[in-house]
Amino acid sequence: MDKRREGESTPIKNHTTVERKSDRELVVTRTFDAPARTVFEAWTKPELFMRWWAPKSMGVPLLSCEMDVRAGGKYRLEFGHDASNSSAFFGRYIEVTPHSRLVWTNDEGGDGGPVTTVTFEEKGGKTLLVMHELYPSKEALDAAGTGAADAMPEQFEQLDELLVALGASAGQS
Amino acid sequence: MVQYSRTRLDASFAALSDATRRGVLERLGRADASITDLAEAFQMTLTGMKKHVGVLEQAGLVTTEKVGRVRTCKLGLRRLEEEAAWIERHRHLWDARFDELDKVVEELKRKEKVDGQKKRG
Repeated sequence: MDKRREGESTPIKNHTTVERKSDRELVVTRTFDAPARTVFEAWTKPELFMRWWAPKSMGVPLLSCEMDVRAGGKYRLEFGHDASNSSAFFGRYIEVTPHSRLVWTNDEGGDGGPVTTVTFEEKGGKTLLVMHELYPSKEALDAAGTGAADAMPEQFEQLDELLVALGASAGQS
Repeated sequence: MVQYSRTRLDASFAALSDATRRGVLERLGRADASITDLAEAFQMTLTGMKKHVGVLEQAGLVTTEKVGRVRTCKLGLRRLEEEAAWIERHRHLWDARFDELDKVVEELKRKEKVDGQKKRG
């Protein structure tokens, strides 16, 4: 361990694990090369959250993100290619413990949406992140595709095709 | 994930360690069959076959469905494939997300370092 090299990013890709813990639970884990406060910040500041929550491969950008990150506070995400053609995802924070724990509800599907718990555990300057989703039933978890991606109306795909046909560049970084 | 896969694999291998059970899988690969059919085909008691099918079911290699009074067995491999595909879909999304998150986090770290130097400087 050469201390002087601290802060230089070594491009080792950390591994994401996805596990179906039970009929009703999905658990995703990943280590980040940063302290917990930094990773937590990226999950709780809208302007930062927007930069990673909708990766290009998902095919649908995040239009807006509002977060009132405190117990009882609400959040709202809008996915879509334009405001007239968007899907909203929203809920409220049940628990907010800075740098270590976030719990929120997912209410867009009405009652009985999953509850998401994210924990941030710092070890030696790195953070182990565990995201746990508890669904109301096995069927609900079976049906859960990839969050926003499977709730996207077909017209988005058609719009994509149209944009390609028109020669417009898709997605701006 | 590793532990989960290992448990699953252990159960699968244990299920496959018996010649009759391997025969049952082979037969179900050709067509679905009831427990009674299988018991007859392998010249076993109904109870004995139920046990074998139970082990295969536990390992996710066979699924059974009761229609009326007949319990039909079918190969459960498709279900395993579906499960793997389901996991993979989720993994693909989170992997992509977290790769982007890495970039954000790296940037925050750089900023913090610069700010720290400014404060000290």
